Amino acid sequence: SSHEHKINFRKSKEACLSYIQDALLQKQWKRAAEFLTCYVESLEKDYSREHIGPSEMIWRIGTEILWHHSQSSMKEFNCFMEQMKTLGVKRYLKVCLEHVFHLLCNGQIDEAYQNLSLAESWRFGEQTAIQDKEMKLIEAYRGLLDYCSWSKQKSILLEHGEDGFSDLAVEQEMHRYFRKAAVNLKEIIKIPGVWDVFVKCYVDLLEFYGDHNEARQVLNEYAYNSKFPANPNAHVYLYQFLKRQGESKKSLISALKILHDIVPSHELMIDFNTMLQKSKKRKKRRLGLEVIFAALDYAGWKENVKAWSCLARQVKQIVTSEKYVDWIKQEWNSRKDWWPAFHFSRYLAKRNWQENKSLSYEKALVAGIVLGKDCKYFKYVSHQGCKAQLKRFRMLKKFVNRHNPVYLRISG
Amino acid sequence: RDFNERCAQCSEVNWGLTDGGRFYCRSCHNVTERTREVVNTDFITNSRVQTVSKGLRKQEKNDAGCEWYICEGFQLVLKKQAEAIEALGVCPQMKDEILCNFWRCYLQKSKQAYCKRPAGETVKALSVCESSTDVDSDPERPSLLHLLSLSESEGDLQTDCSFASSVSKVSDSTSVYSGSVDGSLYLMKNQKEKLRMTMPMTLSFCYMALLWLREPITLSELLRFVVEGHIPYLNVFQHFPEKMKLCGLDLRIFCVESWPVYEEVFNKMHELAAFLDLPRFPDITDSCFLHPDMLCMKYLMEANLPDELHNWTCRVVKKIGIGEVDFLTLTPGNKSTRKVKYDVLAAAVIVVVLKLLFLLDDHYEWLLSEFAEERNKNNTEGGPYFEFKKWYEVVKQSLDVEQKKLDEERAKYLWRCEKPLFYSVKNKSKVLKRRQMVVNLQNQFGKLSGSVRRAEKPNPSSFQLSWSEENTDGTCFHGHSLKGVLQEKCGLLTAMNPDYWLCTVKLCNEKLCGHLAHYREVEFPQSYHFVLGLFSFLLRIQPSYIHDEVCMIEHKLFNKKLYKKLKYNTVLRK
Repeated sequence: SSHEHKINFRKSKEACLSYIQDALLQKQWKRAAEFLTCYVESLEKDYSREHIGPSEMIWRIGTEILWHHSQSSMKEFNCFMEQMKTLGVKRYLKVCLEHVFHLLCNGQIDEAYQNLSLAESWRFGEQTAIQDKEMKLIEAYRGLLDYCSWSKQKSILLEHGEDGFSDLAVEQEMHRYFRKAAVNLKEIIKIPGVWDVFVKCYVDLLEFYGDHNEARQVLNEYAYNSKFPANPNAHVYLYQFLKRQGESKKSLISALKILHDIVPSHELMIDFNTMLQKSKKRKKRRLGLEVIFAALDYAGWKENVKAWSCLARQVKQIVTSEKYVDWIKQEWNSRKDWWPAFHFSRYLAKRNWQENKSLSYEKALVAGIVLGKDCKYFKYVSHQGCKAQLKRFRMLKKFVNRHNPVYLRISG
Repeated sequence: RDFNERCAQCSEVNWGLTDGGRFYCRSCHNVTERTREVVNTDFITNSRVQTVSKGLRKQEKNDAGCEWYICEGFQLVLKKQAEAIEALGVCPQMKDEILCNFWRCYLQKSKQAYCKRPAGETVKALSVCESSTDVDSDPERPSLLHLLSLSESEGDLQTDCSFASSVSKVSDSTSVYSGSVDGSLYLMKNQKEKLRMTMPMTLSFCYMALLWLREPITLSELLRFVVEGHIPYLNVFQHFPEKMKLCGLDLRIFCVESWPVYEEVFNKMHELAAFLDLPRFPDITDSCFLHPDMLCMKYLMEANLPDELHNWTCRVVKKIGIGEVDFLTLTPGNKSTRKVKYDVLAAAVIVVVLKLLFLLDDHYEWLLSEFAEERNKNNTEGGPYFEFKKWYEVVKQSLDVEQKKLDEERAKYLWRCEKPLFYSVKNKSKVLKRRQMVVNLQNQFGKLSGSVRRAEKPNPSSFQLSWSEENTDGTCFHGHSLKGVLQEKCGLLTAMNPDYWLCTVKLCNEKLCGHLAHYREVEFPQSYHFVLGLFSFLLRIQPSYIHDEVCMIEHKLFNKKLYKKLKYNTVLRK
């Protein structure tokens, strides 16, 4: 019908929004501002039926433009944010929070702190209860900034301590910040979520004041409570804590085991393998082999000398003892189709030799065992090594030749 | 109490004191750091501010405004529009005599004035009635709330929740929320009965007057001038005198948030002409601007087509009789004659001529063009042969640029004006606050826009695309020759193209489905779509309207052949 094509307020503003969107995507801030200027009169209309109303649009778009536009200043930005806070009471805390993030990105810690404090004291009838989550976040971030202040005071104290001064005022300040920070940080990490930065800071505080039990409890909760989303970092933090505490290898290993399950390519896998290799228990050593092979499945580890040396060491040990050669066979089984091209090609042999002789050494050892002395990689590297009259390569050649039957067992 | 600052959270000024001597906002419970002592010192220096603001409050109460009726408002609107049209160069007769008389006639016929019992008198009686519950039981008259929830395609003025809720309490009071005396009555009137006045209808009045005087402005041009801002339409009410308070239901009547559509204004005009019992309009003869021969010439120029095509348009016009005075002249109330859309008709004639000469089947026209190109290489004397391909490229490029500009302009329309609109007094402060924020934001982002927004609108012009023969780059095709597509037969010039395809074999019943045909882009050749698109842009109407007229013309042109044929072929031989 004729009225479908009628140009009215709504259609005109929809078109305006799509021009803004295009401009934003192409980072044309001036053009986006031009169209936003035309869009803002939407505020005078009622859009209560829409999912996202013009006030939210204007807030989000305006923020983007002011943040990136070359002629926009922080003062203008702040002024704009203040206006946005008055626009929608249902979003008040969210706007405050995002404003704080921007201030932090801009290094304005004090202003951020002020805004957080102001937001904390906000009350608005039933909205206060509805926006409870945002309020918790605000309190948490204020706690975080309190932690930063605590940290600063701590550094000052340590400096003065070195110089022989004792500063009671600084110490008291430090304790005050600790109390303020601890209260809020403790609250937020009770709620299931990803709170890496809060957890780290809180644990730092607890450790400094000697409350290791609380720290351990917090980290355990964070890592093992099923209500919390799976988070590899939780296990990393726990592991690091346990290590600092000098815990037994057993508990360290159990902490890293889960990390291996979630992120087999994690950088801590080297530590993990090292620990496992040294274990007296057969199962643990077996796991160690599994762990290091799994890590080297990932492209990011291809040129990691340490990882290869771990694997080489373990392979050498197994071969030398002639026990548990089956382990290598089992691990190699699922990899024999693709590791040769992935790690042991002739091209890689040349490149590794040129760039990093230690890397080529370790890799050659592994290749020599799993692929035999006639494989491309081993032949090239050992030949080059012997030609260069490097002792260890001669030893390597001897070793692999001597243990060639192992290869036959693995491949057969 | 003494503290006059606006709350940081909700901008209210509604303070109380906590036990700790701090100020807290009663509306949003925001606690400030300001304590009483601090404020007191400020208070002394601000006492003058207080007395001044008190003074303003007094003034507001005396500012009662006057009583006014809706039709007075419309009269003002028409006056403004007529003045603007006069400024465009139309003779002053239009405003002082024609339009005036039409309007008076309308008022008389709709019993709003100039008759024994003006409708306004019954307003008071109605308001009293509304307080009783009998109103709802009357099935004929819709209740006020029902009216408010009617969604006209105009917009969302009725979705203001606060408005709806405030009006629901109205049944007890005697005055319904409107600044005018008869705002509510106006909206409750049965539309069909007395042809209720609306904003789009003001343009119908204008057009009717222009048509009566046979002024050289087509309806599409009129509407374009409205959109371009040369004729007041949107926000005309801001020119109402101060005393005429506009609020509540008045807004539904005077504040439109959409541009009027050609069909709407056109149809209403005819209804109006019949309603006013007007006699036959002055004759449209072949020397009038609105005559197809004249309009075709204008559009041919604007479309950058060869002047020689004009011979062909005249031939078609003559053959099907659409140049006849009786066909073109409006006789209100005569339902048997089809209402003539002069501009659309002329455009459609050109499209038919192009189809006659070039076939426009996405094939033949390009062949002809290649042929003409070849001949142009050897052509030393006279003007160049018209090459469809070159024309297409040149026009498409310009059209794309202009269309893009138009699309951007449409996205940048500003619909609101400085004059704030409120439904009720309760609403007022909120509206003013919003307005202030909008202005602030416009300033802030306007500065970041980089370009200065043009302060004045460009001058109104009759031609949107112009092509100059003086350009040496060969982009003007007016003087080109059609020899490439014509041949001589028995001393007559006929088209080389022997074929023609009909847009539709059977016309729809316009009265039933509103259209003669239904246009879908995918079903037609690209060239045809392009040509429709070109005129659609020039006239600012949907391509389907032009397509309808094309169908109508074709059926008149091939009338005999259509009746002869028993089978329905889509291609006929001429």
